Amino acid sequence: MAEELFVATRKGLFLVEGGGRQAPRNLGFLGDPVSAFLEDRRDGTLYAALNLGHFGVKLHRSEDFGATWTELPAPAFPVGMPADKEGEKAPSVSLIWTLAAGGPDQPGRLWAGTIPGALFRSDDRGETWHLVESLWNQPSRSEWFGGGYDDPGIHSLCVDPRDSRKIVLGISCGGVWLSEDDGASWTLGGKGLAAAYMPPDRVDDPTIQDPHRLAACAAAPETVWCQHHCGIFRSDDGGRNFVQIHNASPSAFGFAVAAHPDDPRTAWFVPAVKDACRVPVEGRFVVTRTRDGGASFETLGEGLPQDAAYDLVYRHALDVDAAGKSLAMGSTTGALWIGRNGGADWTLLSAHLPPVAQVAFRAT
Amino acid sequence: MPRVTFTANLQRHLDAPSLEVDGACVGEVLAGVFARKPLLRSYIVDDQGRLRRHVNVFVNSAMIVDRDGLGDTLRADDEVFIFQALSGG
Repeated sequence: MAEELFVATRKGLFLVEGGGRQAPRNLGFLGDPVSAFLEDRRDGTLYAALNLGHFGVKLHRSEDFGATWTELPAPAFPVGMPADKEGEKAPSVSLIWTLAAGGPDQPGRLWAGTIPGALFRSDDRGETWHLVESLWNQPSRSEWFGGGYDDPGIHSLCVDPRDSRKIVLGISCGGVWLSEDDGASWTLGGKGLAAAYMPPDRVDDPTIQDPHRLAACAAAPETVWCQHHCGIFRSDDGGRNFVQIHNASPSAFGFAVAAHPDDPRTAWFVPAVKDACRVPVEGRFVVTRTRDGGASFETLGEGLPQDAAYDLVYRHALDVDAAGKSLAMGSTTGALWIGRNGGADWTLLSAHLPPVAQVAFRAT
Repeated sequence: MPRVTFTANLQRHLDAPSLEVDGACVGEVLAGVFARKPLLRSYIVDDQGRLRRHVNVFVNSAMIVDRDGLGDTLRADDEVFIFQALSGG
């Protein structure tokens, strides 16, 4: 069956059918920013988080593959919650940045990562949400800060396919956090990450790291790839310790990373010049791939614009299919590509979408 | 009792008809609205019940003052208008 792709954009949710031979079809929310999308592989339910700006964050669910959507209460902080500091305002969710499903042994379980940096849990398919206070009440949260947004946020949620009580999450800028007891308690991981934007004696402080995106290998989830603000890192112990990968070319700066579902040595990245210049190096838009754990990288540009390109791929806008053979990515310029043969051959599917926040291969 | 009218731009997202709701201040009237239309709450106020930054509330022709506490008082014949600020692209 030809791949189908969900594309969450600044102006609606789209579906690309027939492996890209058909134009993207709107699947709802035309004109509205879709900030996060989830296809729940356990039952085929779709979830779409919106950021309506004036009217706040919203959450919708579809049980008929996007034909109709039902609005659900969005994750929210409890009324009356105290402000962090005197003179500040009490928290309110300003963005649902990522959605994740629990394991097959946790029917109805969903996780939501938000800005400000909070984790919310649902056990009834999004009908009700509860703040995970064990993370929110971490004393070191006072050290977190925003990266690209005013407030810190949770953008990466990796639920261990072998043991759904194990969770690895990433916070910009609040480091990498690990739970082995279904979110009841948390340990700060991310040792070895390095933040060049900090004073010298705090470069290695795990509390203030900016992991732009975390991606775990599904078959070997102890391998966690990290596209960090300051480069590429790999962990072989489930996010506790990382080593920096220095030889990605043309750049190690970017937002997105995709981990091969079966081979923990293989991962893909989409480089830009650097944090202060977020465009492709010399206008050549490429994907980098390592197949040996980061010892070496290939630069893949076949089918991608190699001159005067200004596409940037955000952290959720690169995906790999379940076989590890096809990739998809969408850019802030509104272009969408599919990459066959492990990313060796790219095909433009659309050059006229709204800015792309997320792409996801259909799984069910 | 005060009458509450919502910007037409809300109708794109959910049903928001004009309502007559009892209350001595903006917060009380909106609480009455939200009791009838629970999903409407998060469109108008944030998690803590404060008016959203880009939502404006007018009582007759005057913008309200207390955006966090919604304590601006109302008379029975007042009209409350819920508008959105203009922005976007």
